[in-house]
Amino acid sequence: MADTPQKTTRIRSTNWIGGTLSWFWLFIVILPIYWIVITSIKSQSEYFVTNPFVPSSEPTLDAYRLVIESGFIRYFFNSVIVTVGAVIPAVLVSFMAAFAIIRSRPHWFLKSTNAVLLMGLAIPLQATIIPVYLIIIRLHLYDTLLALILPSIAFAIPLSVLVLSNFIRDVPNELFESMRLDGCSEWQTLWRLALPLTRPALVTVTIYNALLIWNGFLLPLVLTQSPNLRVLPLALWTFQGQYGINVPAILAAVLLTALPILALYVVGRRQLLSGLTAGFTK
Amino acid sequence: MTAASVGSARPAPSRSAKSVHGRSLGWLAVPALVFFVAFGVIPLIGVLLLSFTTWDGIGEVVPSGLTSWKSVLSDPGLPHAMWVTFQVAALSWLFQTPMSILLGVFLAGAQKYRAFLAVLYFIPLLLSSAAIAITFKALLDPNFGIGTGLGLPFMSQDWLGEPKLALGVVVFVVSWQFIPFHSLIYQGAVRQIPTSMYEAAQIDGAGRMRQFFSITLPQLKNTIVTSSTLMVVGSLTFFDLIYVLTAGGPGDATRVLALDMYKRGFQANLMGPASAIGVILVLVGLLLALLFRRLGGGDQTASQLEGA
Repeated sequence: MADTPQKTTRIRSTNWIGGTLSWFWLFIVILPIYWIVITSIKSQSEYFVTNPFVPSSEPTLDAYRLVIESGFIRYFFNSVIVTVGAVIPAVLVSFMAAFAIIRSRPHWFLKSTNAVLLMGLAIPLQATIIPVYLIIIRLHLYDTLLALILPSIAFAIPLSVLVLSNFIRDVPNELFESMRLDGCSEWQTLWRLALPLTRPALVTVTIYNALLIWNGFLLPLVLTQSPNLRVLPLALWTFQGQYGINVPAILAAVLLTALPILALYVVGRRQLLSGLTAGFTK
Repeated sequence: MTAASVGSARPAPSRSAKSVHGRSLGWLAVPALVFFVAFGVIPLIGVLLLSFTTWDGIGEVVPSGLTSWKSVLSDPGLPHAMWVTFQVAALSWLFQTPMSILLGVFLAGAQKYRAFLAVLYFIPLLLSSAAIAITFKALLDPNFGIGTGLGLPFMSQDWLGEPKLALGVVVFVVSWQFIPFHSLIYQGAVRQIPTSMYEAAQIDGAGRMRQFFSITLPQLKNTIVTSSTLMVVGSLTFFDLIYVLTAGGPGDATRVLALDMYKRGFQANLMGPASAIGVILVLVGLLLALLFRRLGGGDQTASQLEGA
């Protein structure tokens, strides 16, 4: 497809501005990442005497050992629990709601649900962190992982419903009709027809939400306080506060917190990227 | 949660709804609605109610009328925070938009090496704001950071210690984090522009520049609106990045509204005034979203390609 005649005519003249700019910006993007990697394998004393952009002559994994010993394995699992615990229910309930919004006969309840969710897209939900904090206290959930999971589910719903309902709308009506003629209930249709057909959108929405929740900082900062309940971004921040001058260790921690996502990026780059722009480009 | 785009919303039931056999599936939407009401709608009403109370974050919530609003509105900290928020939003928009468009157009090209570029290019999207802020904080160290590394003395400034520089750093780091995202959106949009338009332009003898300004840019209008909405409304909620990078400093040079809210609420234990700022944030966010929607001429998912 890339070599169709149209494409070749289109790119015949060189895009100098775009080209120069993109190499330049690539450099800006890569430089800090390169620096994180090489610095994280320097010793602390080496960090202070060598050029920041020259790789270590005697690489060491001391920084990584310090990070692991500081409890990052536990924080990693906290992050996994919160992310999985929030994303799966969020995507499931969003999928059901999206199916209802598209497939049901018109109903005031669904219309208002849809309106409320669309409004949720326009509102910076972080601005409501104080009442969320109050609700979590009143539910006696303060300083638990569930306190992070519940609001994360809620915050994920509006965009998920939007993306999924746009997708379900594109499923040909004949397919639903034939399911009905076969005597399937709507509930069966939901799982047997809509779910498999919506899979690309489900993957997209799952990835988008997972990334957002994995990297979330405000909710854990406000809703937890015990060290053993820290999720990775919060742990990273407190670690930085503790080991302020041990830059190699801090950067090793940065790299370790991003590693699962980077691994995922290597495996499923396309889906990850389409997940990121879910709902914005369709 | 940067997903504050009212723009991409469109009203739901249409074609399929009519043909369905009249069963009501409302109950399927109940779980989603319950979650969203509990932690989305109630907090939204709650933030308004709390702005008329006094609460230290631990004890009882005591109604106190307009006390919180009076203290917030008479505090010179508020206009300052609004001004800083505006500067961050405006400057990062001014920097990000042209960069993202140019990069998106470039990355949309078909050559193999561009696909390779794109792999590295989108890495900032994967990192948490906390990780990015911590990295830049260390990288901008005047003694052991980038200036020393590149041998460029002018890069060895006290980046986060000077008010003007710190604001610039915030804008730069925000851009570093989000330009890839917006280029990704533009890349997708550019690929949807029909090649026939460019062919026609070429036959008419239009040069590259002319094609860019007469075809690419107008065709990207909707995308520009969507991307700008996300940038500007999203910039209201840059909390974690700025909190970790500068904590609002030096002094209060980078104390944006979201940070102001957090500090008043959770550090000074003044939940009432902090809620008032929360209300302001919600209102500004809604207003901006509506404004951009108006700019985009309503339904943004309606294709601009129609009739092309």
